[in-house]
Amino acid sequence: MKPLAIDSYTLTSAAGRGRAAHLAALRAERTGLAERRFEDAELATWIGAVAGLESVTLPRELAAFDCRNNRLAELALTTDGFLEAVAAARDRHGARRIGVFIGTSTSGVRHTEIAYRERGGDSLPDWFDYRTTQNTYSIADYTRARLGLDGVTVAVSAACASSGKVFASAARAIEAGFCDAAVVGGVDTLCLTTLYGFNSLQLVSSDICRPADPGRKGLSIGEAGGFALLTPAPQPGVTACLGCGETSDAHHMSQPRPDGALAAQAMARAMGDLPHERLGYINLHGTATPANDASEDAAVSALFGTTTPCSSTKGWTGHTLGAAGIVEAAICLLAMEHGFLPRSLNTREKDPALKANILMTAREAPVEYALSNSFGFGGTNCSVLLGPAP
Amino acid sequence: MRSADIDAPRCVIRSVGIAAPGLAGWTASAPILAGVAPYVAAAETPYAPALLPPNERRRATTSVRLAFRAAEDAVTQVNADARALASVFSSSDADMAVLHRICDALSKTPRIISPTDFHNSVHNAASGYWSIGVGSTAPTTTVCAYDASFTAGLIEAVGLVHSRASDVLLVVYDATAPQPLGAKRPLAMNAGVAMLLGRADAGAGSFAIDLDGAAETPCGNTSLEPLRLGNPALRALPLLELVAAKRTGEITLRGTGSLHVSVRYSP
Repeated sequence: MKPLAIDSYTLTSAAGRGRAAHLAALRAERTGLAERRFEDAELATWIGAVAGLESVTLPRELAAFDCRNNRLAELALTTDGFLEAVAAARDRHGARRIGVFIGTSTSGVRHTEIAYRERGGDSLPDWFDYRTTQNTYSIADYTRARLGLDGVTVAVSAACASSGKVFASAARAIEAGFCDAAVVGGVDTLCLTTLYGFNSLQLVSSDICRPADPGRKGLSIGEAGGFALLTPAPQPGVTACLGCGETSDAHHMSQPRPDGALAAQAMARAMGDLPHERLGYINLHGTATPANDASEDAAVSALFGTTTPCSSTKGWTGHTLGAAGIVEAAICLLAMEHGFLPRSLNTREKDPALKANILMTAREAPVEYALSNSFGFGGTNCSVLLGPAP
Repeated sequence: MRSADIDAPRCVIRSVGIAAPGLAGWTASAPILAGVAPYVAAAETPYAPALLPPNERRRATTSVRLAFRAAEDAVTQVNADARALASVFSSSDADMAVLHRICDALSKTPRIISPTDFHNSVHNAASGYWSIGVGSTAPTTTVCAYDASFTAGLIEAVGLVHSRASDVLLVVYDATAPQPLGAKRPLAMNAGVAMLLGRADAGAGSFAIDLDGAAETPCGNTSLEPLRLGNPALRALPLLELVAAKRTGEITLRGTGSLHVSVRYSP
């Protein structure tokens, strides 16, 4: 793919609102996870909840979109000057020529859960608007409308790889001439569906998530939203998305291929011609399930050997599902911007079965290029390379 | 309306698959869509996906079966190597029966979700089953744009065709919802449409796509209009009418926001 400049980006998660809050939390090794219940869930677990969603209000003309997921989008969009950056791009390119590509896994399902809980007799409550809340496209349509855009708009919903894959979709649309610039992003919010669903697969940890730790018990679920503004033909040296790799495991609906061969192929495609030794950091998918850790470790060590620094940052945010791709790409951007490599948080010791160079302590060191991995149900793999434009 | 230096992307349609009431497969449907045979409404016929291993077939949902039905129809007509195809799946609603079962279970005590329902609840379930079923490790993505899901899938697929040397399978499908969800998202029928697309600079059976359409084109055959409006996948019907009739023409699909997308087809 042709490089796309990252003109602006933002992220909001349990670890904080905005780039500065995330950098501070990463440096202070302060997790956003807390041992508490989500609403009336009975599950004893740790969750990564974003503070203040209850009091977020959407602009009046978009009130029909009101639900937890779109509130989180609103919170994220109004952070780090992102609205203003997109407005400036809109003035340059026109509202028609900026595409919107938003990843989500569960969209507004929390709203539907509440509607089912409050259903009377044979019908759902009058307040429940399917199109603007539950439907997977709702989050993309909200983002488009909130940013005053009117170009190609798509929700990408490939489970936990969703907001990694938005970079690839945006790049294709720009190269095919469907748009001249793109807003990419991802938003997913806490809901009973994912808490009880992952619990039914015995993947939710009662402990805080501990990626790469031999005592890991599974994932902590979080919620997050993040966005980036991509424009073509960056000046040399400008931070850019340089490559995307997408593959399918063709193995199992909810378990990764043990040898990680297709995850490795996704990373190799994202890397393109970049010499491997120039890669300074890999943000792992690193959900803290034994199956993910083992297969991703096999993939990373087979492709890059055992020296490239890598870590999962889910110890700060939890697994934010369809938002994980954009959140972790944003963390890579912070790492490159500030020369800071986060460690694998909550990892007490490294599982001796893992070969990759998983950072057990944070590092202050320049990062020229960074790679972000996102894998999802259905065996979908996505890897995104970020670094200076050539 | 596009950058002056890029021509409207052009793709060749190698084959079409369709599964809808009264439109059971491309071979049977082409004469109807071409206006040579009348449309006769009929109930959906049962279908067992041939490319899905028995284990997965047991777990696959209605929407996954629909996607396979349309996809298998497109692939088998031209004996395409399904393993080699990149794919784009697009659906407005994924599987609302699964959504219903999960939300219903969560509204009761104790809350027990079936693990199979949970992994089938992801929007990319059909894409996952497809890659497993045909053994394809090629890129696949899943998109959604509510009633414009066919348009969104087509745009994504055209972009994917242009970024790769290989052909791309586009599969668009949606299944009706049980009540009470159905009252909030009333689809009239189950339906799936698939297209096998390849790169073409010009030539037979190809189309160009642009973002300059004005008003949505209805079906030429008015008896097909309830289908077009009854399921997001069947918004493809005006284009399929041109393909079936081997007729040069331009149709407009509703896009997202106020966008309309024109598709210029030449047989």
